[in-house]
Amino acid sequence: MQDDKLELGGRVFRSRLIVGTGKYRDFDETRRAVEASGAEIVTVAVRRVNITDRSRENLLDYLDPQRLLILPNTAGCYSAEEAIRTARLARETGVSDFVKLEVIGDQQTLFPDIPATIEAARVLVKEGFKVMPYITDDPVTCLRLAELGCVAVMPLAAPIGSGLGIRNPYNLRIILEQMQRLQVPVVVDAGVGTASDAAQAMELGCDAVLMNTAIAGAREPIAMAHAMRMAVEAGRLAYLAGRIERKLYATASSPLSGLIE
Amino acid sequence: MKITLNGEPHALDGPTPVARLIAELKLKPNRVAVEINQTVVPKAEYEHTIINEGDLVEVVNFVGGG
Repeated sequence: MQDDKLELGGRVFRSRLIVGTGKYRDFDETRRAVEASGAEIVTVAVRRVNITDRSRENLLDYLDPQRLLILPNTAGCYSAEEAIRTARLARETGVSDFVKLEVIGDQQTLFPDIPATIEAARVLVKEGFKVMPYITDDPVTCLRLAELGCVAVMPLAAPIGSGLGIRNPYNLRIILEQMQRLQVPVVVDAGVGTASDAAQAMELGCDAVLMNTAIAGAREPIAMAHAMRMAVEAGRLAYLAGRIERKLYATASSPLSGLIE
Repeated sequence: MKITLNGEPHALDGPTPVARLIAELKLKPNRVAVEINQTVVPKAEYEHTIINEGDLVEVVNFVGGG
């Protein structure tokens, strides 16, 4: 269990917590939160350079690409075309071939546009990208994405930033069973609210958890990053250890014989 | 010569290699990516790729995101 590793798109990671870099007070807090989380993969967004104010520092100055896999996302894209363009730009920045594919279908829920996500994944996989799609917790959609050659599937636990935790653990279990057959890692992406949510995802058998708001939005982000690190580790270890069956009635832990009379 | 840079009108002296625009904007080439008329410009071609009148140029970098 000590050499338990996460394999993703040909790379090996020890940490099973993937963290976002949005919503922090400043880059220094981002850096400290990433450090406390122990994450080896961090997501970033692709946006226009501010031409009028170039004095601003660059996020990459605070993230060590030698130690961290920078995972660019296509957040904010509402069509396959936009997502594909964004992914191509991200790759040309030179950090990696990995992309967190996100094609949003609805502004209020931020649920993914499933047909557009599948379409974009098909194009990007053909272009050699290591595609990690953010997707609804729908087993058939996850199957399609895995069959297309995505290096992982990333079903949501709940709406992005909602902190509701795992709303459909049963779907997740089905997805996990199917993906284990195909040997495609499952990363729960979005909706985690606190440490127990992350632990639950890992106890179910997920390969990793991706979160941003749960850490960045906490009153003490650095402490929450640390909590999430421990939760993911504890959940993973509990999964590997194999939990006991649930029973309706008690079974005594102490010997029934040898009682005083 | 006028181009559109990140959605805003921008003036250049004349046809300009991408590398020169990046330098003029005081950006680090390894921190940005460039698109001309919706096609990504490979980094190796910054010297040879010329920005022309009316081009739609996008220069992006990484920001915090989830």
